[in-house]
Order: sequence, then structure tokens, then C-alpha cells
Amino acid sequence: MHIPDGFLTPPVWVTLDAAAVPAISYLARRARTEIEDSRIPLLGVMGAFVFAAQMINFPVGLGTSGHLVGGALLACLLGPAPAAMVMTAILAIQALVFQDGGILALGANVLNMAVFGVFVGYLPYRYFAARHRRAAIFAGAFLSVSVSASMALSELLLSGVRMGTGIILVSLALFAASAIIEGLITVAAIEAIERLHPSWVRSNESTGTPAFAAVGVAAILLASFGVVFASASPDGIWKLAEQTGIASRAASLVETPFSGYSLQGISNSWMAKAGAGVAGVLLIFGVTLALGRLSRRRHVVGAERKGA
Amino acid sequence: MHHVVVERWSRRESPIHRRDARAKLVAALAMIVAIATTPATHGISAAAYSVVLLVAVFVARLPLGALVWRAALVLPFTAVFALASWLSGDPLRASALVWRSYLSAFTALLLISTTPLIELLRALEWMRVPGFVILIAQFLYRYLFVISEQAQHMRVAARCRAGEGHRLTFGGAAAALSVLFLRSYARADGIQRAMLARGFSGHFPTTIPTRFTYNDACFGALAAAICMGIRFAQ
Amino acid sequence: MTPLIEVDDLRFRYDDGTQALNGVTFRLYPGECVSLLGANGSGKTTFALHLNGLLSGTGRVTVCGLEISKDTLPQIRRKIGVVFQDSDEQLFMPTVLEDVVFGPLNMGLTAPEATSRAEEALERVGAAHLRAKAPYHLSAGEKRRVAIAGVLAMEPEILILDEPTTYLDPPAERELARLLHELPQAKLLITHDIAFAAALATRAVFFESGRIVCEGPVDEVVARYDWNVRL
Repeated sequence: MHIPDGFLTPPVWVTLDAAAVPAISYLARRARTEIEDSRIPLLGVMGAFVFAAQMINFPVGLGTSGHLVGGALLACLLGPAPAAMVMTAILAIQALVFQDGGILALGANVLNMAVFGVFVGYLPYRYFAARHRRAAIFAGAFLSVSVSASMALSELLLSGVRMGTGIILVSLALFAASAIIEGLITVAAIEAIERLHPSWVRSNESTGTPAFAAVGVAAILLASFGVVFASASPDGIWKLAEQTGIASRAASLVETPFSGYSLQGISNSWMAKAGAGVAGVLLIFGVTLALGRLSRRRHVVGAERKGA
Repeated sequence: MHHVVVERWSRRESPIHRRDARAKLVAALAMIVAIATTPATHGISAAAYSVVLLVAVFVARLPLGALVWRAALVLPFTAVFALASWLSGDPLRASALVWRSYLSAFTALLLISTTPLIELLRALEWMRVPGFVILIAQFLYRYLFVISEQAQHMRVAARCRAGEGHRLTFGGAAAALSVLFLRSYARADGIQRAMLARGFSGHFPTTIPTRFTYNDACFGALAAAICMGIRFAQ
Repeated sequence: MTPLIEVDDLRFRYDDGTQALNGVTFRLYPGECVSLLGANGSGKTTFALHLNGLLSGTGRVTVCGLEISKDTLPQIRRKIGVVFQDSDEQLFMPTVLEDVVFGPLNMGLTAPEATSRAEEALERVGAAHLRAKAPYHLSAGEKRRVAIAGVLAMEPEILILDEPTTYLDPPAERELARLLHELPQAKLLITHDIAFAAALATRAVFFESGRIVCEGPVDEVVARYDWNVRL
């Protein structure tokens, strides 16, 4: 589920963009330690493969068909950090070239699908593939799609997009159905690939730390509770925040210049909101800049080492 | 295919096509941020953004009808939520969802229709998006054409074997997927070989920098000013 | 005359156990154009990949007086230009010019030097007008010429061409033959196209089961193995 622009309110997209930037910078550095520069084309080609694989329809009965989403498949084939990079590149191309998913919503989509979707998809494979291989792959793909979709749904709800309980339940049922299809396709695809060439599917023992397991578990919790909380608050995150008293505490920590998404001292509310929006963009830009510099410096060091 | 048409548009010639990708990226971001922060009640602002976009399409000498239709691909998704908002008694939010998402998608489409993707990626790199992601996206886009063509050939071949009216079975689709994977993997190996054969030394050489001219700066500033002007006008 | 390439008793086995090369001994002299003939899987491409160290088996491989090792690889890859069968794999950069400068930049040239070399090479193959294009907008013949330019920009002494006529229509093939004929480098030509080989090659070697079983003028080698069906 790619969220287009225009759905998320500024506080939501600014927060998610700001969160996606360090996440991607960190994962890029991590992926770089796992993947040599000469293997970068493989990651790009795998991204193109996932795009193309979506053209293959899998009949799932009742005259309908589904197609691969790919987060869990990539995680099993490439490892979680490189897979997250490939999914990020896919989402960027989809947003820029196909207008599938928004530009400002890219941070949200990246977090939902490339970060949480991939890590959650890898989690069961990492810990249970040794004994229950098929079940682990299925569970990974199922969780990957359902977590991504539920997170997207919560973000929409937090942005105040109104949905009745009925609609939310129907959406959750649809998510579950597409998650089951993804699980079946991923299992079938991995088994078919293993038949052709056993060594191409990554062994599940090679990477993974408790930290990344924590990311996965956090994502599952976030997704499941997110929907419940978000749907309880039809007017969006700020109403919820006010009710729970988080707003006042958050304001003193991070939101001081923004409080309630309006700059203090500016009475005109829309002007304030726009100003806050611009400030948000500048903030993202600043953070990206700093992280980019940091990772670039490391890249240079890494490149010298590899070049030797 | 969508990206083939867009790619062709992006390599046309016009005053907007000539501008540096960075200037166009800033302009598009200004527009999208302005749209995203305009209150739902300001329908008139939406009309003003539309006029600006129409002028841009005209200056870029792009086919308006085709752009209008292509940007509409976002509408089915939007329609579902707009309907839900409408039914729950919030028609203002419903209409804002529609115009915000449509105008944002149109802006993004206009950006990619006037800027070759590769220049856009360079502009993103200039905005400090990690080079690793940029390189992956660059290779992804380069081989998107090649591999989707391969997938299409496989689909035709499968249809020929299965005969008219017969659908691919689930197992058959999985087999096709694995063959596509195998070929993609072999292609990646081939690319790596070609890179090494031409002396790839462990990191990608830096590309030739493009010049950011006075005109580019003016264009970016003007576009951002117009967007903000509309945003703040009563 | 000292040979550009000297190969003695080269043997190689793939990971899956296939014995691909089974004692190949070969010389390439300056100015020669040698055609490698043989059935699919007879070891021609595997052999070629050993010449610039993309594969390494047992035996001795010397290129321009340099024995292949980790230290000499960068120099050797400058001296041997390989034009692969699939141009899509060879042209991996987003635009033609960026692709052609890839080799010179890897050699450590500055951007302006590399660009001027690339433009020269594009001029040489008659593709200067394609410089700003993306590879997927090129025809098969144009792709092949750009791939050759990418290799020529590194100013190699030897060219290896793996099935250069694949996907080419007859006019493009003639054009390619003319271009290759004009290039002064020594050439190794892997091909199934006998007419093309006969037009360019000064001699031919025939591969069978990972070894060279026959060498001499193209028509003699072909006739001896009755490999070509006369059209």
C-alpha cells in the first residue's frame, strides 16, 4: 500500500520523513559493509527483478490472482540490510517515475515497506528456518505484508482520514488475504529457486543481531497497536496526544518551535502551519546533510580499503 | 509502458527541460509542500496551483491530455478514502484529499517528464541522499527495461504453451518467477564481469559535474516564490 | 616477434565439476586477428575470460610480457579490451558518455582527460551523436559500437570480441566488420559466424572439449571439421 501525497498531515509526514532519514543512512552503511561495491549492480538488478516479477500473476482461486510484493523474498535472498536498500530504491523509483506513492510520503512508505516490512519479513526466517523452514518463510512474508499495510493504515488514521469501524475491519481482512497470498508466493518462489540453484538462498545464520530482532518485534507491536490507537482518535494524532497528555510533554522535548504544528508568536494559523512545514523540510534537509556527510566520510575510508 | 513514454518526454527540448535538475527538484518540492500545507477550505488555492501547473506544461511543450490522464492513476486509491470521508460527513476533507493527491501526483509527473531520471538522481545525491541508494536506483532503472521485457517474453511464451483460455497454475507461476530470478542473477554476474574487465577498482568513479547557472537559480527561486505566494495569499 | 599473449597448458574446472579447459596452449602475435571457433560449451569464452583474469585456472598466462597475478591485473585489464556478447550487460551506465568514460576514469584519468578520450573513441566508432542517449534507446548495432568505444577509450593493445554479431542485422554486421578491420589492435574473435570470421581473421583455432584441436587458415579449419554448412 503506497500512500500518495495529500493524505498525511504535516506532523505525520514530517515525523516519518525525519525518522526514515537516519534509518536509511544507518542501513546504507550497514549494507555497504556486507556488500562490495562490485555487487551493487546485483542489488539494482534485484530491484528490477521485483518490479518485473509483479507482472507474473499467481492464480489464487475464485478467479482472482495476486502478485509478489517482495520484501520477505529479498530479505531471504540478500539479507535484511541490502534488501531494505533495494526496497528503498524500488519505492523511490515508484514515487518519482510512476507516481505510485507520494514524494513527501516517501519517508512513510520507506519505513512501512523497506524498513519494517523487510525486517519483519526476515525475523521468522532468521530464528525458525532451521527447523520449520517453510513455516518460517510463510510467516515472514505474511508478517511483512500485514505489518506494512497496518502501519500505513495507522498513519492514515493518525492523519485524520476518516474510516468507519466497518471499513477498518474490511481493510484488515483484505490485508490478511493479501498477506496469505504473499506467504504462499514467497514459499513457492524460494523453493523453486532452491531447486534451480541451492546456494543462492542465503543461509539464515549469517547475519542478524538482537538489535535487529528488536526492530522487528517493535514493528509488529507498533503495527498492531497503531491501528487500534489511531482508529480510536478520529481527529488525528494531536487530539490523541492532547487527550493522553503526551502533547505537553512532547512539546517540551522536541516540539518547542513547532508546538501543535504552529510556530509560536505567529497568530495566523495557516501561516504558522506552512512555516512549520518549511521548517520541517529544512530539518529533514539538515539531518540528511549531516548524516550524508558522515556516511560519505566513511564511504571514502571504505572505498580506500576496498580499492587497495 | 509508462516509463518508456515518460522517459521520452523527459528528453525533449524546452525552456523547462533545459533547467538544472536541482532547480526543478526544489521547485517541485516547494509546490508539493505548499499543496500539502494548504488548508482544506482553500479550494481557490487549488485552482491557482492548477493554473501554475498548466502554464508549466505549456512552457514545457508536453501533451496536456496525456499528463492529465496519467496523473489520474492516483485517483482510484484516493476515491476510496474520499468516499469514506464523504460518507462519514466530511465532504470538505473528501474534496481536499482528491485535489491534494491529484495535484501532488501531477507535480511529480511534471518533474519526471521534464527531467531524465538519472539527472534527478544526481540532484538527490546533491541533497545528500546516500550514494549507495542512488547507485542501486540507477542500476534498477537501467535494467528495469531489460528485465521487464524478459518477463513479458516469458509471459507470451507461457501463454503459447498453455494455449488460449488456459491460465498459468500457481506452481507454473512460481517456476516462471524462479527462472526470471535466475536470469536476473546471471545478468548481474555479467554486468559485474563487464565492470571488472574495464578496470573497476572498488568504487564508482565520480561523475562529471553539471553547471548550475544563474537562470537555474532564478527558475528555482521564482517557482518557490510563486508556490509560497499562492500558499499565503488570502 | 614476441607474442602479445602466451598461454601454456591452461586448465580450468568450474565449481560444478565441469572440466572447461583441458590444457590449452596458445599464442597471439601483434597485428593478428585470430578467430576462436568451436561448438557451444567447447571452452572458447571460458578461455577468453582467463586472458584478463576474470577466471583463473592452472597453467601460465602472460599478456604483453606480464604474467597474470593480482598485482598485474589492473595493467593487464588496460591492455586487453573485452567486448562481451550481451551489450546490455556491457553498457551498464545510464548514458552513453558516462559508460564510455567508465574505463578511463577507473584508470585514474581526470574527468576532462577521460571525457576527451571517450569522445575520441565514440568518434572512432561513428557514435559521437549518441553521447547523451540512454543505452536502452539504442539499436543493437549502435549498442555494439558504443560497447567497442567503451573498450577503445582505454586504448588497449588487444581486443577480445565475444560473438560480436549477435542480434545484428546484415547491414550492421557489415558496418561492424569494416570498423574492426580498420582498428589496428590484435584481435581475438569468438564467433559462430563463419563468413564474418573469414572476412576478418588471419587464422583460426578450433576448440573441442576444452582444448585446441586444430589451427590454421579459417577455411581450412572449417573444412577439416566440416563444421560449417555452406549457405
